[in-house]
Amino acid sequence: MTLARRIIPCLDTDGERVVKGVQFFNLRDAGDPAKLAARYNREGADELVVLDIAASRDHRPTFLETIRRVAAELAIPLTAGGGVANIDEGRAILRSGADKLTVNTAALRRPALLTELAAEFGSQAVVLAIDAKKVGEKWEAFVRGGRESSGRDAVDWATEGTQRGAGEILLTSMDRDGTRSGFDLPLTAVVAERVTVPLIASGGADSPADFLDVFEKGHADAALAASIFHDAVQELRELKGFLHSKGVPVRQQ
Amino acid sequence: MTMGAKISLIEYGAGNLPSVERALARQGVETERAGTPEAVAAARVLILPGVGHFGQLMRTLGSRGLLEPIREAIGGGVPLLGICLGLQALFTSSAEAPEDRGLDVLAGTVASLPVTAKLPHMGWNQLRHVRSSALLEGIPANAYFYFAHSYAALDAGDSAIAICEHGVPFVAALERQNLFAVQFHPEKSGDAGARVLANFVAYAGVGNRG
Repeated sequence: MTLARRIIPCLDTDGERVVKGVQFFNLRDAGDPAKLAARYNREGADELVVLDIAASRDHRPTFLETIRRVAAELAIPLTAGGGVANIDEGRAILRSGADKLTVNTAALRRPALLTELAAEFGSQAVVLAIDAKKVGEKWEAFVRGGRESSGRDAVDWATEGTQRGAGEILLTSMDRDGTRSGFDLPLTAVVAERVTVPLIASGGADSPADFLDVFEKGHADAALAASIFHDAVQELRELKGFLHSKGVPVRQQ
Repeated sequence: MTMGAKISLIEYGAGNLPSVERALARQGVETERAGTPEAVAAARVLILPGVGHFGQLMRTLGSRGLLEPIREAIGGGVPLLGICLGLQALFTSSAEAPEDRGLDVLAGTVASLPVTAKLPHMGWNQLRHVRSSALLEGIPANAYFYFAHSYAALDAGDSAIAICEHGVPFVAALERQNLFAVQFHPEKSGDAGARVLANFVAYAGVGNRG
């Protein structure tokens, strides 16, 4: 009886369509979110994340509709986020069918937001998303979709965020995002060491061996990837079969 | 039982209520929301969904006048399924909100999971079946279910039908006559979760379009 390591496909959207970039830029269209969600649900994804990377107020109703369309396809948990800055915006996302919401920029600007969201929806519904990029000897937490540094140390921020009420950390390595060069193991391991909540590692996944590494060496509880699943480079069942053969506890259908 | 009877989902603002509705709709089961004492009292079959805080849930149920109708329904033999916080609410009290009283249809206090484990207990875990039951009929022993919680009932006496473990063993599913409850989220647990809901639906004798 062991908690399974989770494999989580991520749909980065412009609110309506799935897009994918390299190191957060050069976005291209990667499909319909509801269709991809249905496929991942069927193929054994443990959870799904859908993000509005444009996160503009004007497009918010479109994104909420996207959440509804995605949730309708799922018999697994759904996490959604992008630009959430207050309780009402969080509630709108959860009411649209998400089980958890992510917060990023707004929490860095006003950390009390995490406490407010946790008090309202429970810590289990509050995922702190951290976009980390190596600057000198350490990692800094970036905001506004990776456009500027907050100046905060990403590892310290992860620790503070969980103390303030986040129930899970979604840690993205900006250096590895979209590069297919493997997860950032040192970053993942140092955050896993410091926080007492589940950690989702993101950015750089390419091969099954990368997933094995991020669980065994990065000590992640879950691993998230986008392009390799969207492009069918990596089949979920095959990936889980590989992890199982290596002794990693995974849910197999 | 009347074919076509609906399942009434107790409505008090629980975030997972729409997910439970969708999961039942996928099985061709009709649902309605019951948010008033009259609606709960009139229900033939009840589900108490729940995510969030024990104290907030109990106070909300209290302010809406739903506590007594729920207790009476359970006492009167109406099939009821509690989900996640809806399982915890059945107990006398919880360490999450010691000042608030639960529905108290099951004796005991819901405890905090130990901080030696990562909290919340979030993700897919397996069950140890401790006795045969209607609710887990046909569920393979190695099936995974989705959990998201930091508190749990550590003991439910003879009512416990399955145990899970995260730092300590806790009650993952229980069954006592017409009363059923699960700590995991069947509505989010893929095919295995769908089977649990189907078993409850079958016990309750609710009409199924299929």
